[in-house]
Amino acid sequence: MARIGVFVCHCGENISATVDCEKVASVASGFPGVAYSTSYKYMCSDPGQNLVKDAIKEYKLDGVVVAACSPRMHEPTFRRATAEAGLNPYLCEMANLREHCSWVHDKVEATTNKAIDTVRTLVEKVKRNTPLHPIRVPVTKTALVIGGGVAGIQAALDIANTGHKVIMVERDPSIGGHMSQLSETFPTLDCSQCILTPRMVEIAQHPNITLYTYAEIESLEGFIGNFKVKIRKKSKSIDEKACTGCGLCSTKCPTKKISSEFEQHLGKRPAIYVPFPQAVPNKPVIDKENCTYYLKGKCRICEKVCPTKAIRFDQPDEILEVEIGAVVVATGFDVKETDFFPEYGYGKYKDVITGLQFERIASASGPTQGMIRRPSDGEIPKTVVFIKCAGSRDPAKGIEYCSKICCMYTAKHAMLYKHKVHDGNAFVFYMDIRAGGKNYEEFVRRAITEDGAQYIRGRVSKVYEKNGKLIVSGADTLLGSMPVEIEADLVVLATASVASKGAEELAQKLHISYDSYKFFSEAHPKLKPVETNTGGIFLAGACQAPKDIPESVAMASGAAVKVAVLFSNDELTREPIVAEVNRIAPPMYSTCVGCFMCQPVCPYQAIEREQIKDRSGNLIKELARINPGLCQGCGTCVALCRSKSIDLHGYTNNQVLAEVVALLND
Amino acid sequence: MKIGLYPGCSLKGSSREYNESVNALANAFDITLEEVPDWNCCGATAAHNLNHELSLSLPARILALAEQAGMEMLVIPCAACYSRLTIVQYELNQDEELKKKVSEIIEMPYLGNIKILNVIQFIQQFILEKLPAKIKQPFNYKVACYYGCLLVRPHGILKFDRPEDPLTMDEAMKAVGADSIDWAFKVECCGAGMSVARTDVVGKLSGSIMKDAVDRGAEAIIVACPMCHSNLDMRRPDINKALSEKITTPVLYITQALGLAVGIDPKTLGLHRHFVPVNLPKKEIQTQMEVK
Amino acid sequence: MADFEPKIVAFVCNWCTYAGADLTGTSRIKYAPNVKIIRFPCTGRIDFMLLMKSFANGADGIIVSGCHPNDCHYTSGNFHARRRWMVFRDLAEFMGIDVNRVCFSWVSAAEGAKWAEIVNTFTDEVRKRGPYKEYIDLAKMEHKNVIL
Repeated sequence: MARIGVFVCHCGENISATVDCEKVASVASGFPGVAYSTSYKYMCSDPGQNLVKDAIKEYKLDGVVVAACSPRMHEPTFRRATAEAGLNPYLCEMANLREHCSWVHDKVEATTNKAIDTVRTLVEKVKRNTPLHPIRVPVTKTALVIGGGVAGIQAALDIANTGHKVIMVERDPSIGGHMSQLSETFPTLDCSQCILTPRMVEIAQHPNITLYTYAEIESLEGFIGNFKVKIRKKSKSIDEKACTGCGLCSTKCPTKKISSEFEQHLGKRPAIYVPFPQAVPNKPVIDKENCTYYLKGKCRICEKVCPTKAIRFDQPDEILEVEIGAVVVATGFDVKETDFFPEYGYGKYKDVITGLQFERIASASGPTQGMIRRPSDGEIPKTVVFIKCAGSRDPAKGIEYCSKICCMYTAKHAMLYKHKVHDGNAFVFYMDIRAGGKNYEEFVRRAITEDGAQYIRGRVSKVYEKNGKLIVSGADTLLGSMPVEIEADLVVLATASVASKGAEELAQKLHISYDSYKFFSEAHPKLKPVETNTGGIFLAGACQAPKDIPESVAMASGAAVKVAVLFSNDELTREPIVAEVNRIAPPMYSTCVGCFMCQPVCPYQAIEREQIKDRSGNLIKELARINPGLCQGCGTCVALCRSKSIDLHGYTNNQVLAEVVALLND
Repeated sequence: MKIGLYPGCSLKGSSREYNESVNALANAFDITLEEVPDWNCCGATAAHNLNHELSLSLPARILALAEQAGMEMLVIPCAACYSRLTIVQYELNQDEELKKKVSEIIEMPYLGNIKILNVIQFIQQFILEKLPAKIKQPFNYKVACYYGCLLVRPHGILKFDRPEDPLTMDEAMKAVGADSIDWAFKVECCGAGMSVARTDVVGKLSGSIMKDAVDRGAEAIIVACPMCHSNLDMRRPDINKALSEKITTPVLYITQALGLAVGIDPKTLGLHRHFVPVNLPKKEIQTQMEVK
Repeated sequence: MADFEPKIVAFVCNWCTYAGADLTGTSRIKYAPNVKIIRFPCTGRIDFMLLMKSFANGADGIIVSGCHPNDCHYTSGNFHARRRWMVFRDLAEFMGIDVNRVCFSWVSAAEGAKWAEIVNTFTDEVRKRGPYKEYIDLAKMEHKNVIL
């Protein structure tokens, strides 16, 4: 026989002004199964909570209904109080008499009747509540960081410094990402590689970090705290243990003119190469698509000259399987190439380049040794035009968002150009100037006032080549849309930042959401920016949306803390509002028939196939089983199950039906 | 297969040489183009600026007549007519209600399923392959192919060539031995309808076009639109005034250039009707031995 | 019917409509007291047989309300609810159930005013239609207090 306690709160006057609380308590005391019913001015206060605790003990209550404000407000409060009194907290529910009743209706009898109906409904529900216990899931305390750019590096170091193991997987031959390609960083004009390479070295030397470069994620299975990842280590054709990084192979390789990805195709590299001198690891890889041996079976010069015999032409790819507990995705971004712009030449003009290509030109270790020279003839350009918002903020180009970093890096480029070519002209065509970070506005001002960058507010409709010059046709809207034509030697487009290549495929492997631009989706745009909807997988850096270095680093540390929190316990506890497929005695085992119509509808891949076997190991049947570690308790599978074999703890079929009946019948 | 021709007002009037050259070229390749019976004006710029229903009905009537005449394809040499008819066909195919309404206005059934070709598409589909065999005198001049504004825009509806740097006319000219230059004003505005009201503007805009072509060594401008031709050819005095220079580069329709290459005589192609004389210097056909 | 006040049950999802209704309360926007809410984690949890049970127990109208498409807290629960409703509505109509007595809506946690509007409008409509006795007559049985 149920022994429910009903506690009606006046909430000062908030409820009692329109609802007759005494009457509600009095009527409730007559409900079948109610052992105790009272009202009080402030239930959530200390004395109010003590009222609940004392009543539980004194009247041996096995269920509690607090009729007060919204459960979204105080359910945790009263559940805690219930637990402190020794009763399972999930045997406590709240009836919403405030937000849904007293605050929205007038002081009439109907309002009090509605309050009574609501209390009766929750009493019937609580009668059918079962004690629930938080679910415990073990945790593997190793983290996987996908991506070796500045965000991945920061996350890996932070996690490793908390004492946990980290595996970092980077698909390029070296870590460093785009930040290693930059010349100087805003707003400090720090040398990018100078501040990054110490961190890169730390990654390589950190005792808790295992680094795999030239490697990719093959698959990811499992759930939070318990993932299994398969990593494909692509064959570098080098025995990394034997290789000393002397570089003789690269020097002697006869195939020298392969367009270098690191140099953004402004420079060349050999077939056996280290992408840049400060690469970590500083060991080469062989580009199989351009190596004479792999293409034609000839050459092998690198093998001959290598002093430690480290070349391994027959080295296969290797698949590693590792158990991990959490994933930080830090796969970064790419930029649109110049061929995306029909109005700027479809990519056919050598001297129309992207911002990232300008970084390589300005970079001291770049293809022009830091001298500003244009790609076509190596001449020093006397007039450079920078075009911002190339592709971004443009629905006609299918990119509606702002790429965030271009206003700052264009100002930086203009400054770097002027620092090196004092008598040069730097023109910047802009729509707006977005410099919202710390010291950012001052930085842009500097470019204009101190370094003489000339900012023209207007867009460029066309860039074409004539007599060795690039004619830039734009408008100056501050002068009334006056047409402006500039004869430039070099045009730099601040092209849109986009999701990095392969983002969609990776997201599907990891079962994380992504948006229409293939940027990965955060769990909540305001309050959960580093989590995904998939438990145990976190985001860091530009893979979530375009952002600059300080934000990427901050976000990476944020993701690292989330991982640390996850790893701070040996076990994970979760709210037990989860679904469960029934299990009964053999020979039925369950009313579930194994149709698995439920499996595809679960947004969290929480439904598994459980094989029921006999003692000899023969398969009897396959039944659906819900992984309580993954289930978030939405109940979609419950409503969908045709045999009604699944139920949701906390919102069972019995409970919900009882609520409906109680609500409609006085 | 029945291929229809919609000449439109210009081809029967001020640009009759375009019509003559289209028909002459088609005949040289044994293709008969049949004019749409009882065709009317397409509405050009006037209709769609003044009355939406009129701007839909005029082209719809032409298409309906072509459908009734059993034409599977309709060649429209004038770029403006091509633009109007294609856009109207597209718009009516998106909206069944509108289609019904227009059908009532024109008092004719309208299906909207005829395939519309501009002159370049016509050349690509019916002439280009057979061209090499029929070349009598290669058109080996440096040419600037001028597409104008209506052939390639709006790209989303016309879906023809590249909107900023089109190449189809260039390819057709290369097929007859021309050196088709890469230049910057392929799709820039010539001044269009300003031809009458603000001829000075035409002088300036068309002048920029001519200047870029001539600066890059073009010996002839090739066009596929009567408006382009008119502004670059008939308004040459205004161009010369705007540039303070006398430019003598002739402007030919693509059909005229191809016609010359396959040996059709200039008179049949209507070259004598141009304002700027078409005096292309005779070029010896270079043999392998001479080219050292 | 002068004194008829319809009984309306609302099945709402915790994350959007329930929160939206909370906001209506916090904003003190008044609406008719005929609608009583039952809380669900997600509209995807709602088995539409509950709608039948509601009518069988004397409900004159039903509201089902959840997160806007693409905003479901559990990603896709509301899509499933919507699909179920599309199929269920056709079937119910075929069986002779008055589907105009069911209001399916999307109310987000920020739409306090919208919740009040939906409640008031729908209550008026149901009031005009009168008490829904036909269902109980159709079913030809008394379903009071029958609990599994």
